[in-house]
Amino acid sequence: MPEVYVNSLLFIAVFVVVALGLPIVAFGLSRLLRPHHFYREKGETYESGTEPFGTSWVRFKVKYYMFALLFVLFDVETLFLYPWAVVFDRLGLFAVIEMFVFLFLLALGLLYAWRKKVLEWN
Amino acid sequence: MRDWLYEPLSAERFGWMVLSILILLGVLLFLVTYAIYVQRKLLGWMQSRVGPNRVGPYGLLQTIADVLKLLTKESFVPTHADRPLYLLAPIVAFAPAFVVFAVIPLTDRIAFTDIGIGLLFYIGVASLSTLGVIMGGWASNNKWSLIGAMRAAAMMISYEIPLVLAALGVVMLAGSINLVDIVEAQRGVWNVVPQFVGFVIFLIAALAELNRTPFDLTEAESELIAGYQVEYSGFRFAIFMLGEYVYLFAMGALIAILYFGGWLPPHPALDFIPGIVWLVVKTLFFAYLPFWLQATFPRVRIDQLMTFSWKVLMPLALVNIAFTSLVKTIAGGVS
Repeated sequence: MPEVYVNSLLFIAVFVVVALGLPIVAFGLSRLLRPHHFYREKGETYESGTEPFGTSWVRFKVKYYMFALLFVLFDVETLFLYPWAVVFDRLGLFAVIEMFVFLFLLALGLLYAWRKKVLEWN
Repeated sequence: MRDWLYEPLSAERFGWMVLSILILLGVLLFLVTYAIYVQRKLLGWMQSRVGPNRVGPYGLLQTIADVLKLLTKESFVPTHADRPLYLLAPIVAFAPAFVVFAVIPLTDRIAFTDIGIGLLFYIGVASLSTLGVIMGGWASNNKWSLIGAMRAAAMMISYEIPLVLAALGVVMLAGSINLVDIVEAQRGVWNVVPQFVGFVIFLIAALAELNRTPFDLTEAESELIAGYQVEYSGFRFAIFMLGEYVYLFAMGALIAILYFGGWLPPHPALDFIPGIVWLVVKTLFFAYLPFWLQATFPRVRIDQLMTFSWKVLMPLALVNIAFTSLVKTIAGGVS
């Protein structure tokens, strides 16, 4: 029934327009109301009141990227589980066992990351 | 209104729908205004203070005064910031928080949209707000905001997996990702009873997704001076805050729908109270809960936070799914 979704998708589009419109209208309104007194010191980066030094666009702790990588892997695998859960009742025992194998592999992956000390923060 | 979605749309009905979406926005803005007031008042009482009490009777107009102040405050772009990203970030942070309301049904008869993948849509769109946070934090070119944004991203992606896995248990019980079907499947008993472990995982992960205490590391005032928002002022800052509070209500509504029977009354004898009242009461309770926790728990450390998600919540969520499918297989006599 793809045509039944046309109206729903249209309203989602309305939601998106409203959600983008509110901040834009608010910024426009605020632009009209607020004062504009800009000078150089005001635009400096805030570093607790001391003279700022350097940029903050630097190389960052690699730990964050490890978690990002893990996230991508597990998130995709989690999404595979959703269709399975929806048709769970109609699939029978075979699918349950299949999915147990899948869950086991997922847990194994987590265990591997755990043993490799990827999950330690320090 | 839900029936309209399946009939050809007339201009008049389209107008009504747009009007009701705008009304929803108005109601949300009202709720956010008073959520901030209630939060400050409650925190005050829990800490033996009085809270805001100067503007209007009982301080009721305090938040409105704050909004007007923010509206008239100067708001400039820092010299060293990445200008386009800096300007775009508050919008990206706010928009998903409102768009997710598109799939949240208010009762079985009143829904703005009725798509088969409601829950997936919610999860997918809600995680976009992380993007706004990291955009704002990085574009500010400020060391505090960069650390805050990185922490926010790390935390939000770590807690998203337990969240999604916990919700899977509910999907299995209902056999659908459509939120209306999920509520209808709870006619007998609310999901919180058979899915209690899932509920606890979901609640903890939801608190982390919302950046609420004890997981408010991204904004930790005492160490990061507000994290990714350091360089934002005036109404740009207000939009970040607004997105955060709107998301709070969206999450409250989702918890009510997934685990507490949405618009269903606790007992069939209470059917005379309209369903929408039940949904609103449950949503408000789960929107209020984080404020209570805020006064109760101290903030966790970043290493505790990350390891807790991956080493405790995630294995627990996997066990929960395996257990649910096992029980369902045995009870349902799947052949």
